[in-house]
Amino acid sequence: METLLAGLRAPWPWYVAGPLIGLMVPLMLLIGNRSFGISSNLRHLCAITQPRQVAVDFFRYDWKEHTWSLVFVIGTMLGGYLAGVVFANPQPVQLTPAALAMLQSWGFAVPGREFAPPELFDPNVRNLTFLFAAGVLVGFGTRYAGGCTSGHAITGLSTLQLGSLYAVLGIFAGGLFSSWVLAPLLLR
Amino acid sequence: MTRYLPYLLAGTLFGFVLVKAEAASWYRIQEMFHFQNFHLFGVMLSAIACGFIGVQMIKRSRQRETLDGQPIAIPEKPAGRKNYIYGGLTFGLGWGVVGLCPGPVFALVGTGSIGAIAVLAGALHGTWLYGALKDKLPH
Repeated sequence: METLLAGLRAPWPWYVAGPLIGLMVPLMLLIGNRSFGISSNLRHLCAITQPRQVAVDFFRYDWKEHTWSLVFVIGTMLGGYLAGVVFANPQPVQLTPAALAMLQSWGFAVPGREFAPPELFDPNVRNLTFLFAAGVLVGFGTRYAGGCTSGHAITGLSTLQLGSLYAVLGIFAGGLFSSWVLAPLLLR
Repeated sequence: MTRYLPYLLAGTLFGFVLVKAEAASWYRIQEMFHFQNFHLFGVMLSAIACGFIGVQMIKRSRQRETLDGQPIAIPEKPAGRKNYIYGGLTFGLGWGVVGLCPGPVFALVGTGSIGAIAVLAGALHGTWLYGALKDKLPH
């Protein structure tokens, strides 16, 4: 019992977590012939909340056909709550010395038990504005590309889709630029 | 209602694993983009390998049916190039600073993070913006 609890609280190595994430692709096909992906739920949420008078065609469809996907993402939130609150890791994230040195040179404190740095995620006007703006890029980009890390990198690459390869190359190039250039510039 | 239960359970497992893999950690994402740790590359590569093997097993099985007996079709992404590259670049720009892609956004919202709620609110507006501008963008 003690070991089980410790195992649920500790972070999992990549060779445990990765295969479980990859399992989602065949699992969704087996459950109901569904394509695993998260960001399409952002579109469904827009379709649900779009006021009649500003109707954009992109959000005019029967979102109820995608209830399964919204239920999945409710599960994702529940899983996040269980893993991050109920079975929270008592230790701070164990960064490599290289990463620690880099973050300290950016002016960040040594990580505590939070998933994201308080310098960036503590709710004040500056941080929330910044997070909202970065979120706009995430939402715009994932819909433009028709998927995110789950739909393209995992589902798309594991089913050998050329479009997903383009998307993943774009995602990685954008991520490299922003974490090497924008992050140190904006967050310092 | 019970027909949605498998999706709820699978989604819960997914959210749990995202947090335990620390894929929802801003620190780990920076470490990944700076090639300072193999961890998240290992997560991605083993996820793709495991997904590939699972899909091949479904493809090769004689009975290609879902649990409730519908035929299984491996999803095909629409043809295109520009939309994938430009969209991917835009998403990557956001991901590299905020350290959260959509799955982890939902997982962190579940932990009650106000910051993650701000990212989600931004992502919904970004999605709406794409929907409104779609016909004017190169695809």
